[in-house]
Formats: sequence, C-alpha cells, structure tokens
Amino acid sequence: MSQALLQIKNLKVAYGGIHAVKGIDLEIQPGELVALIGANGAGKSTTLKTLVGMVKPAEGEILFKGAATNKLPVYDYVREGMVLVPEGRGIFSRLTVEENLQMGAYVRNDKAEIAADIERVFGLFPRLKERHKQLAGTLSGGEQQMVAIGRAMMSRPKLLLLDEPSMGLAPIIVQKIFEIIRMIAAEGVTMLLVEQNAKLALQTANRGYVMESGKITLADSAENLLANEAIQKAYLGE
Amino acid sequence: MAFDFLKTRQQRLFAILTFALLLAVLPWVLSGGFENGKSWLRAVDFALLYIMLALGLNIVVGYAGLLDLGYIAFYAVGAYLYSFLNSPHLAAVLPAWMMYPPLLVMLLLAAVVAGMFGVLLGSPTLKLRGDYLAIVTLGFGEIVRIFMNNLDRPINITNGPQGINGIAKVHLFGLDFGKPIQWLGLTFEVVHAYYYLILAFCALIIFVTLRLQHSRIGRAWVAIREDEIAASAMGINTRNIKLLAFAMGASFGGVSGALFASFQGFVSPESFVLMESVMVLCMVVLGGMGHIPGVILGAIIVSITPEILRDIINPVQNALFGKRVLDPENLRMLIFGLAMIIIMLLRPEGLWPSKRRKAEFHEHDKEAAA
Repeated sequence: MSQALLQIKNLKVAYGGIHAVKGIDLEIQPGELVALIGANGAGKSTTLKTLVGMVKPAEGEILFKGAATNKLPVYDYVREGMVLVPEGRGIFSRLTVEENLQMGAYVRNDKAEIAADIERVFGLFPRLKERHKQLAGTLSGGEQQMVAIGRAMMSRPKLLLLDEPSMGLAPIIVQKIFEIIRMIAAEGVTMLLVEQNAKLALQTANRGYVMESGKITLADSAENLLANEAIQKAYLGE
Repeated sequence: MAFDFLKTRQQRLFAILTFALLLAVLPWVLSGGFENGKSWLRAVDFALLYIMLALGLNIVVGYAGLLDLGYIAFYAVGAYLYSFLNSPHLAAVLPAWMMYPPLLVMLLLAAVVAGMFGVLLGSPTLKLRGDYLAIVTLGFGEIVRIFMNNLDRPINITNGPQGINGIAKVHLFGLDFGKPIQWLGLTFEVVHAYYYLILAFCALIIFVTLRLQHSRIGRAWVAIREDEIAASAMGINTRNIKLLAFAMGASFGGVSGALFASFQGFVSPESFVLMESVMVLCMVVLGGMGHIPGVILGAIIVSITPEILRDIINPVQNALFGKRVLDPENLRMLIFGLAMIIIMLLRPEGLWPSKRRKAEFHEHDKEAAA
C-alpha cells in the first residue's frame, strides 16, 4: 500500500476538561475524498481544527506526508499543503473577492501563476468573476462559501479540509457547492469533508467515517455506509 | 472614484504637474502675500511633519488595526537621536566620528532606531487588541517621555526638562539650512528651505505607503485586522507581520522626529506629551483610517485649523462685541474641539474614507433598508 497522505493515530483532544475527541484513528490516501459524518457535537470540527494546528492535541499523533505536524506553527500548515475551509467560512469580509483569493495565495510568490489560478477559480465559480471587485462581506452566503473554497484552492493544497460547507445554505446552493467539490476532487485534490448532511456527503465521497461523541464508530466505503441500515436510521432520515 | 475626470494619462500627468507647481510656489505666496506669512509657512512645515506622523500611525492603526496611543514616543526617539548627534550637548562624550553625520545617514539611523523601539513596544503586546493594547501603548509613550524628562541624572543624557539646545540645522549638498540661501535671485530662509526638505521626505513617505497599501504585506495587515485566526490559516505569520507594522510605523515617526528636531533647533520632553499622540490619532481617524488621501487631509486640517483660529478669533471677537470677551487661547481649543465632535458625529467613517471603511460603517444602513 502506498504511503497515506494523512494518518491520525489515537488522537485525543480536550478543552478545559471536556474530552471532545477520545482517541480516533483515521487515514487518507492521496486522491481520496473522505467524508467524516456525525451529529452535532460529535467532535468533527474539533478534529479538523486539530489537524491544522488551531487546537493542540492532548495525545496521539498526526502524520502528514509521513511527518509529524505537532511542531508546526499554524501559519506553516498552508506551506505544507494542508488548508482548512472553516465552518462559517471565515472569509475577509472587507476585502474584495479578488483580494480574498490573493490572500489564499499568500504563501506563493509566482505572480503569473497566481493570476492564472485566480482565473481558474473564476472558471469554477463564474459568479465570483462577475463580483470580483465587490467586498466579500456583501455577497450572499453561497457566494461567500465559494470565496472560501476558492481561496483555499489558491494555495494549491495537497489536502483540502472542508468544515460543513453546506451549513446555513439553501438546498439548491448546497447542490451547487457539492458539484464544485466533485469537480475539485476530479482534479485530483485530496479532501476530507466534514458534514452533517450525511447523505450528500456520502454520495460525494469515496469513503466515510462515522463519528459519535468523540469516537469513530464505523469506517467503510461510502456505498456500504449509504447501504447500512443503522446509518440510514441515524443519519439519513430514512 | 472622486477623480473620474482624470481619465487619460495626459490629464493625470497634467493634474500632478499643476499640483506640484502649486506646492512649489506655496511658500512664496505665503511669505510674500501675507503680513505674518513666515509664521504661516512655519505652520505649513509642521503640517507636513504631521502628515508624515499620521501616515506612520496609519500603518499601525489604519492597516493593521492596532490601536496605538503612544505613537509620539517614536517621534521623540527620532528627535532626541538627532539632537544627541547634532548638538554640542553630548559632543564631549561621543567619539568625533559619530557627530554631525550626513543627513541621509542620520535619517536612516533615526528610522532604524525608532523601528527597533517599535518592535520593543510590539513584542510584549502581540496578544493584545483594542482597549488593552491602547492602555499598554499609552504607558509606553509616557515611559519614554518620563525617561527623557529624568535622564539628566545620574549621568546627563537628555538634559531633563530643560531639553537640548543648539541643535544644528541640516547640511545638504554643501548648503547650510540654518542661514538664508541665495538662489535664482530668491532668498530661501530657514522656513523656505525646510519646507522643501520636509516636503521631499513627505512625498517619499507617501510613495512608500502607497506602494505598501497594495502589496502583499498591505493585504496581510488588513487580513489580520479582519480576522487574525483566518489570517494565520492563510499562512500569514501574524506575529512577524504585526511587528513589521509597529516597526514601519515607528520608523516613519523616527524620520519625522529627526526632521522636527533639526527644524526646531531645540527639543524637550514637553513636545512629546500624550496630547500629541492623541492629536496624531485624531488626524488618522478624522481623515479616514486606512486611506492615504484621507489621512493627509486629516493631518492638514487638525494641524492648521488651530493656527487659522489663532489669527481670526481676536478680530472676530472685536467685530462682534467690540472687545475681547474670552481668552483667545481657550476659545480656540474650544472651537477646535467642537468642530472635531461635529465632524465625527456627521461622518464617523472620516472625512475622506476608503471604500472598505465606508462599507464597515454603512453595512447596517443597507441591512436596515433591505
């Protein structure tokens, strides 16, 4: 088996005495789109935040490209190729759409290629091209999510972490965002997708992990999880 | 944009040339056309120094969003540094090669040393924001001033409250700015010569800030101001970039402080009180935080208005009441304060704000309308 892009071993995270993540193992191979699903408060977002260094783990190991990440400062994760699209998007609302995208390429120095990548993002999101001079805070929720994903793409990530990209968006916009996620995956970008919308996430992903109160209770291919009766009952509302 | 009529290159070039010509003849109009024109020109010279200060503070407050109430300390550092090296005060102690350095070396030194003080202030305050940062910076400004006030003992470094006298004027291109210079049939007195000197450095600083604004660093500052966590997730080393803002802002202050000391010929701790920091902050806020033309406008208004009021208050009082009713000095500051309150009430985003800042203040209006 080839070396995993990301390997999590027995990860435990605690905030002020509360154990949010209670020892999980997770692995992502290059080129995969992996979904991490689970109910509110299961520890999914905490896991993502720990992956990019915003939260320090209490125990366990995170290996990215085979190397431990625990010594990296937050701002070096992008350079290594791991980028988080945070929950609630976290865009710079008083920068223009284009400036937001340029911020995404902050760690890069190749001006011509950055310009080409901005055009590439505009190709994925024609809506953003129309609004490239607009302040990002004046966009609709869906467009802001597009800015957040586009901005993350600008760093040319090896692993893209998406935290609840569907949150607070109208169903039709959610469909659109997931279409884009599929397109990005088709370009070969490896992704870890955290979602409450389990059905859509599993329909998009190759594999899935189910998280329940800080532990991973199931790990299987996305098809098998979709077919699993317990999952259907608990998360798919069928 | 306000300058839509400047569409073509030629039009823009023409506008810039006209503006440059106006600036070039301004001292002669002032000193030739008015009775006390030279004191007016002096006020203009100080306004230019304030523009440099305000642009420096604008980097810290306007771009990086770090509220600094002790900014005048860097002005003091530059001014005292110039005084140490360009007056007889420490001449006996310092080695001769250090004394009276060439102007550019001197200003570079002032920028570097003030920048180091900026880092000194910045590093312990990195985790602070808003009110808390304001309090620490205020303390820093006062500490610097109190040091200058008291470092006449045990070894006399700053000469304490008496300040340092006999500071040499600038020597540039073999010219002594301390004496009237004859050139092209014109007599350049100290205020004239300094006008052009300060104007040149002011233009340089404007150029640098303009370039910074649209640079990668400029965007990083705004990103940090917006959302520090998201900024670091973009790969911005927020600590270093914030320190850079402090250092850059401080170095502008240092340069303008050095020019101030040489122009004034005398420095004392009294020139660097908290009120001065507050005034510079007023210039930035009143003009339009983070917007270079706005900040320049703010600096001009805040520094010149009290001077204008000084000249017109007594004639107006005499015309209205036939006698002096109120002490002009108090009345002047009263009117000035009132004017600032009115401006801030009517235009909280500043007189000439950037698009970005305007959006900050008016997004709620839009929400209300929607």
